[in-house]
Amino acid sequence: MSKFLDVKNLSVKFNTEDGVVHAVDNLSFSVERGKTLGIVGESGSGKSVTSLAIMGLHKGSRAEVTGEIWLDGQEINQLAEKDIRKLRGKKMAMIFQDALAALHPYYTVGNQIAEAYQVHNKVSKTEAKKHAIEMLDRVGIPEPQKRADDYPHQFSGGMRQRAMIAMSLSCDPTLLIADEPTTALDVTVQAQILELLRDLQKEFGTSIILITHDLGVVAETADDVLLMYAGKAVEYGNVRDVLKNPQHPYAWGLLTSIPRLTGDPDKKLAAIPGIPPSLISVPSGCAFHPRCSYVSTVGAACSATIPDLLLVTNTAHHLVRCHLDVKNREDIFKNQVVPKL
Amino acid sequence: MLSYIARRITSGVLVLFIVSAVVFSIFYILPADPARLACGKSCTPELMERIRHAMEIDQPLATQYGRFVKGVFVGRTYNAGTEVQLDCAAPCLGYSYQTDLPVTSLIKDRLPATLSIAVGASLLWLLVGLSGGILSALKRGTLIDRGSQAFALAGASLQIYFVGLILQFIFVNKLEWLPMPGYVSPFEMPFEWAKEMVLPWVTLAFLLSAIYSRLTRSGMIEVMSEDYIRTARAKGLSARQINFKHVLRSAITPIVTVFGLDLGALLGGAVITEYVFNIPGLGKLATEAVANVDMPVITGTVLLAAIFIITANMIVDIIYSFLDPKVRLK
Repeated sequence: MSKFLDVKNLSVKFNTEDGVVHAVDNLSFSVERGKTLGIVGESGSGKSVTSLAIMGLHKGSRAEVTGEIWLDGQEINQLAEKDIRKLRGKKMAMIFQDALAALHPYYTVGNQIAEAYQVHNKVSKTEAKKHAIEMLDRVGIPEPQKRADDYPHQFSGGMRQRAMIAMSLSCDPTLLIADEPTTALDVTVQAQILELLRDLQKEFGTSIILITHDLGVVAETADDVLLMYAGKAVEYGNVRDVLKNPQHPYAWGLLTSIPRLTGDPDKKLAAIPGIPPSLISVPSGCAFHPRCSYVSTVGAACSATIPDLLLVTNTAHHLVRCHLDVKNREDIFKNQVVPKL
Repeated sequence: MLSYIARRITSGVLVLFIVSAVVFSIFYILPADPARLACGKSCTPELMERIRHAMEIDQPLATQYGRFVKGVFVGRTYNAGTEVQLDCAAPCLGYSYQTDLPVTSLIKDRLPATLSIAVGASLLWLLVGLSGGILSALKRGTLIDRGSQAFALAGASLQIYFVGLILQFIFVNKLEWLPMPGYVSPFEMPFEWAKEMVLPWVTLAFLLSAIYSRLTRSGMIEVMSEDYIRTARAKGLSARQINFKHVLRSAITPIVTVFGLDLGALLGGAVITEYVFNIPGLGKLATEAVANVDMPVITGTVLLAAIFIITANMIVDIIYSFLDPKVRLK
């Protein structure tokens, strides 16, 4: 499998009045054709900033984007706005979290989908409209002919997200970035949307980056998972490896904080102590150390040096950024954490 | 839609009734006596009584108001049965105490001048205000933006009588590029009409385009940070398509509302502008009538202004329902 999207040493900095915000720091990952990468992290961990950087949507803002982004053999981070514009919507498309806010309130849904198609295809208005109706039909909107003339506010939440997906897929993009596509939806609709994405991926062979803070969604949908904390990758690998055999204390924390139907209902839910750090003053050393329960096991290194992202022994592709040594990690994981997803 | 318009017209008419009743009552309780003003120096109590009777202000307020309303809808007859009987056809607003001319014909005389000022100025301020605001929003933070906003601030702070007189001094008295402002019929002398109207247009537009420029700028900047503009960029649309279709479409909607109301208010009489440039419009007619306690003229002009504003409001609401699908009428 070829690396369809290959991100190397991506950093995104924002110069603000309060200081430089390192929203994404030296991030590398790749997605293969037809596969799904889940990017997981708390709010402010740099997930959305990463996706906007891939789309080139930081251009024209105050953000400073460095590193390489290779899409299908082409470096796109250095492209001028007018060149990357031709890739947006056509080769790579994006689905946003809040579909009501992300759709123009004054244009019909059909019109907005047709517009996305017309940008990259020389077709008449009628043809574009026809295509829009086909797309609505494809994402499972009943009576697409009629609903195409509705405005976003006349759609339900799930329908809006479907319309959003129809719009982003209208030019058959090979890379689809879904930024928390199901966060604003209730659980049954969430399941439908994820299934729809999976079906469409099978049909079109699209590579998907799924941004979420829901490990359940990742377990169900993703092939690989990238765990982010304070703008850095802390754990990265095959979804089965990472979820079955997580290596980073932050991953343990996330897994044990998931409520379970089988658990003791009177037991308090485990929580990661503290709050995510401000990206202006990221803690020294390992950014997670002020919230980590195992600093005493390691010692001074945690607050002194940033751990490298290293391959976990006996794995092909499972990286972790932690000062704990292999033996300690195994010990703690087996005896203290024991999370199951 | 039709039933909505019918409802709006009904409520508009109701408002007009209230406005006219209020105007009537206010002048009834005012200390000024129009009969005393009409009576002149050698006034006797008998003469005074005859004038009061001829003016019908010896009647109770309700009767006067009733006759006025009847006059508007079916016409009325003054001094019935005497040799000076006057038939006033509907819509009869009475006769001016000052000039004895029918109020409707006074209004008919003055309306074209006000209409000329309002329509010309509004087109100009829309053009200047919108383009200035759009330019400012697109070039935010640059010299163009700052210059345009300084211009807008000047326009919003300076008064018509100040700007108007200065412009008149420069262009009419000193440079002699323009004739003295005034009003001639655009159908008879279109070129003169435009030349005489230029200063009132520019002066009014200077003031109002400032407001429109600021509204457009802030509206566009606000819309630019909306999620759906990010979506438009993610679709691969060009900056031009985004700014002139997606951004402007949202930013222009509230401006339509303000424009309708401004235009409506202006049609009722551009009082200061008409005074500064000595143009015989409705505003001037109304203020002269107030100075002379010319009751029928006051009532007529106030009612007309109310009609303009109510109609403008209604048109704005109907247009708005087309612009914003969320308020679209079933």
